[in-house]
Amino acid sequence: MNKQQNSMMEWIDKRFPLTATWKAHLSEYYAPKNFNFWYYFGSLALLVLVNQLLTGIFLTMNYKPDAGMAFASVEYIMRDVDFGWLIRYMHSTGASMFFVVVYLHMFRGMMYGSYRKPRELLWLIGMAIFFVLMSLAFTGYILPWGQMSYWGAQVIVSMFGAIPLIGDTLSNWILGDFMLSDAALNRFFAYHVVTLPVLIVVLVFVHIIALHETGSNNPDGIEIKANKDPQTGIPVDGIPFHPYYTVKDIFGVVGFLIIFCGIIFFAPEMGGYFLEDNNFIPANPLHTPDHIAPVWYFTPYYSMLRAVTVNFLGVDAKLWGVILMAAAVVIFCFLPWLDRSPVKSIRYKGPYFKIALTLFVISFFVLGWLGTKTPTPLYTLLAQIFTVIYFAFFLLMPWYSKIDKTKPEPMNVTK
Amino acid sequence: MTDSGDNGKMSGRRRFLLVTTSIAGAVAGVGVATPFIRSMMPSERAKAAGAPIEVDISKLEPGMLLTAEWRGKPVWVLKRTSEMLDDLKKLNDQLADPDSERDQQPSYAQNPERSIKPEILVVLGVCTHLGCSPVYRKEIAPADLGADWLGGFFCPCHGSKFDLAGRVYKNVPAPSNLVVPPYTYLSDNRLLVGSDSKESA
Repeated sequence: MNKQQNSMMEWIDKRFPLTATWKAHLSEYYAPKNFNFWYYFGSLALLVLVNQLLTGIFLTMNYKPDAGMAFASVEYIMRDVDFGWLIRYMHSTGASMFFVVVYLHMFRGMMYGSYRKPRELLWLIGMAIFFVLMSLAFTGYILPWGQMSYWGAQVIVSMFGAIPLIGDTLSNWILGDFMLSDAALNRFFAYHVVTLPVLIVVLVFVHIIALHETGSNNPDGIEIKANKDPQTGIPVDGIPFHPYYTVKDIFGVVGFLIIFCGIIFFAPEMGGYFLEDNNFIPANPLHTPDHIAPVWYFTPYYSMLRAVTVNFLGVDAKLWGVILMAAAVVIFCFLPWLDRSPVKSIRYKGPYFKIALTLFVISFFVLGWLGTKTPTPLYTLLAQIFTVIYFAFFLLMPWYSKIDKTKPEPMNVTK
Repeated sequence: MTDSGDNGKMSGRRRFLLVTTSIAGAVAGVGVATPFIRSMMPSERAKAAGAPIEVDISKLEPGMLLTAEWRGKPVWVLKRTSEMLDDLKKLNDQLADPDSERDQQPSYAQNPERSIKPEILVVLGVCTHLGCSPVYRKEIAPADLGADWLGGFFCPCHGSKFDLAGRVYKNVPAPSNLVVPPYTYLSDNRLLVGSDSKESA
């Protein structure tokens, strides 16, 4: 740095802690040196968020949130706006890839016990981001006002109608009408482009601040802050985030972008999984498509919703389905307190946890697959079985994680 | 509290001011939130929409289903054949509410056929589960619905099944029978849907 730059930095630092912030969060933020492949997904989620914000702004320049014009305005973007197709495919592919990286990011946390003390709050903030992300995906999917937009919204809003006593008033309040109509499209647009993006950006900021307070977990699940160099006070197993992990993450970004661009240019609809066939038909309130399924990232929960077919405890199957579906998402929040294992990482956990996690992943995929299919008695039975396995992973965790045979954790991080 | 009194306790006067200010602030918060929350309820224009509609059924053949639109929702008018009406009686033990005891229809449609005239069924084509519009499947025993299917409505969204009187089967996600809207006959072949008094036509 030359003299002029130095005095410039001094001038700024007296007015804003730029150098201090840079050091605290990048050049002198010490992260464990043993991060592996699974640690790409946090920074990739940030990349996708930026992609969604940027492409989203350009889409609003041509999109019309009006039930009579929305569908045509999306087709206008696709056909007549220069590079409109590219911006829209970046946005729609980004939505699916957001869930890919966030699901992998969450799975990383489950494998290595990143939700355990002292990172409970970090995990909960992450869950809040996940809820906002789901709302963003839902409100965004309504905007093209195609058949899937319409009927997907119809199903989701009807869920609120299942709540006893206030259900009807609540769904009228959500819709701003007595049925799904222009009023709802207009307000979902407001949520999708203003309310929820502001929320998610704030939450991501808070998530990173919380992360930098506790420090990152690592594949060994041991606290690197417990073992500091007595002279420098720097964790022995830590390396500065910048340049080590900024460079590593750039490698991850390049790999990710190759896949991302591959999808945008060669399979933007992903065979009907990212953009569903029926959504290329304008919304028709009088006719439900013969086969409706949500976008792939909601199908595991959708399977659970329709897996409940019996009334019990005086409550309708319908309300149970909605409760179960909500519980399936919210239950992740309790992981920090359900896990009683003396160790954090799967590397030192015993066979019970490994089997439980494997069964959980299998049930997530099977439920996801079933959610794309038309229900038959066999599929409904399968969905019921795997819903039980899904919940058993969480609800039985206090027992199996406690009696599991664990291995001793190392003093230092390993490869 | 850092701003507590000398002896570490809050004075009565300070506590009083703190509590009253908090309460006044909360009341003001609710007051300010009210217009915003109310603005999201259905508008006057939305409330004014939804007048009754007239449906001409003169061209409806037996076994045929007609769809009309009322309040943005599909209204089905089905002319049932005598076989269809006979089959309704065979289903009672497979249905959740065969006698229409739940309040899903006007009193004049609380009968085995769930209609004013036995052969003409008028129901909202909206699944009572999560609001999809079921599909009219009149064929007997199709491959996907099983050998004992006697015709009815199948919801493609979550697999709920209804018979040809809109009565829901047992053990499906939908909790109740399809809704019969208020309706009346203006003449033999003209229906008024959305109101059961002829004056509002």
